[in-house]
Amino acid sequence: MIKLQNLSKTFSTANGQLVAVDNVNITVEQSEIFGIIGYSGAGKSTLIRLLNGLEKPTSGSVSVNGQQISSSSGQALRNARQKVSMIFQHFNLLWSRTVEDNISFPLEIAGISKSKRAERVKELIELVGLKGREKAYPSQLSGGQKQRVGIARALANNPEVLLCDEATSALDPETTDAILELLVDINKRLGLTIVLITHEMHVIRKICHRVAVMEAGKVVEMGNVLDIFQTPQQDITKRFVAQINGPEEANQTIAHLVELYPSGKLVKLVFVGDRTEQPILSRLIKQYQVEVNIVQGNIAQTQNGAYGTLYLQLEGTPIAINDAIQYLHDQDVQTEVISHD
Amino acid sequence: MIEKLLPNVDWNDMWEASLETLYMSAMATGFTFVIGLALGILLFLTSPRQMWANKLVNWLTGAFVNIFRSIPFIILIILLIPFTRFLLGTIRGPDAALPALIIGAAPFYARMVLIALREIDKGVIEAARSMGAKTSTIIWKVLLPESLPALLSGLTVTAVALVGYTAMAGIIGAGGLGTLAFQDGFQRMQGDVTLVSTIIILIIVFIIQWVGDSITAKADKR
Repeated sequence: MIKLQNLSKTFSTANGQLVAVDNVNITVEQSEIFGIIGYSGAGKSTLIRLLNGLEKPTSGSVSVNGQQISSSSGQALRNARQKVSMIFQHFNLLWSRTVEDNISFPLEIAGISKSKRAERVKELIELVGLKGREKAYPSQLSGGQKQRVGIARALANNPEVLLCDEATSALDPETTDAILELLVDINKRLGLTIVLITHEMHVIRKICHRVAVMEAGKVVEMGNVLDIFQTPQQDITKRFVAQINGPEEANQTIAHLVELYPSGKLVKLVFVGDRTEQPILSRLIKQYQVEVNIVQGNIAQTQNGAYGTLYLQLEGTPIAINDAIQYLHDQDVQTEVISHD
Repeated sequence: MIEKLLPNVDWNDMWEASLETLYMSAMATGFTFVIGLALGILLFLTSPRQMWANKLVNWLTGAFVNIFRSIPFIILIILLIPFTRFLLGTIRGPDAALPALIIGAAPFYARMVLIALREIDKGVIEAARSMGAKTSTIIWKVLLPESLPALLSGLTVTAVALVGYTAMAGIIGAGGLGTLAFQDGFQRMQGDVTLVSTIIILIIVFIIQWVGDSITAKADKR
């Protein structure tokens, strides 16, 4: 769907040349939610603007659905932009227009007749859940509502790709989740390809299928979100993963855990994918004569499934403990006994 | 009673002069709005990193605006006498004042338009571009509506300044309250004529300010 080949962008500044995007190669599949994460200044804002031609590459090419965006200009580029729409961190709504007139704006640009515009605006307002707020001005809306208007506006001309430029960074955590859910919903319902940039790992975790990590203009790591979370390779990726899992230093060392929980057996469980969706723990407690003590753990949901680790202390008769461990093995959960009596 | 206090005031003359002042101010404000807006938009769009970024055009427009904004109005009128005579065949009467009024005020307003346009959130312009908007669409549907309150308050300030300019133009015979105050009031030493002219000008200015402020407030949905 989207193909970036050897893409570079250099800006000339007062302090010399600044390489914002450095030889990036990314392919995004149809209907995929692709995340690009990086700290500010990593070049991700420039990268996303290369996708709709708001910036022109210094070298390399950008093609979206077979069309060369990087070499288009004039009317061809403007038409292409109607199919590659964008939402923004600060929403960028026209304060002088009401909600419905803001959503109508891209339709006016596309030259849609007034009656058809009104019809489409109505649909979009339903889709993003803003019914009753049609006549409100942006200044009367909350941040989350403004972003809903932004999303409706971006969807107006039935785009193939939606670009999200830090779309939730200005929102509180609860609103962020609601907006992310809306994006997933749109992705599923309309089959829309979504490319988003962010500096927040939980956004990647929650909605992306694949992720690219950017540092100093380069993509340093790329892959399936679940894989990246489980086995981050680069230091920067580890730091991003630590945003969710907490830094590793904060986790007690295994030796320390053994010291703290001397009785019973200490078991480490590693969950990947579907396993976490089953009530393994509650069955364990119900079916076996063991006391289960959760020592430490974290589990996170991603679009590819969940992943996480859990440390349990099992207490009871040796037979019961063994049966319980056998049960866990049978459930296909990676189980590791890390201490003995 | 009034005749005793203001022995020299001829109310018919005063009425006619007021109408002339209003006519000059309104016409000049109208033309200033259109020309100043065009110049301001040109200055904005040709500035660096804008859609029509062009150093030469920007410099030339900027120089024109700065030069005519800097010439004191009373001198500008005198400088423009040949131009006015060429254009209208006369240098007397309200119409003859218009070229100088417009050339004096339009650059002043152009600056205010530029400031107003610079105040627009760049993200909004970027959003419009990302939707595939043409530059003309951006001008009519983004730049002008989004800067409307500042454009209107700037126009109010310009209109008030223009009322003052018409009075100055009156000194060289443009007509209106300025001529009345200068010729009858000052040169024939009829202080009461000057006083009444002043009060009428003040009333005109207050009305302009009040109308301008209320329209501006109404246009602002932020």
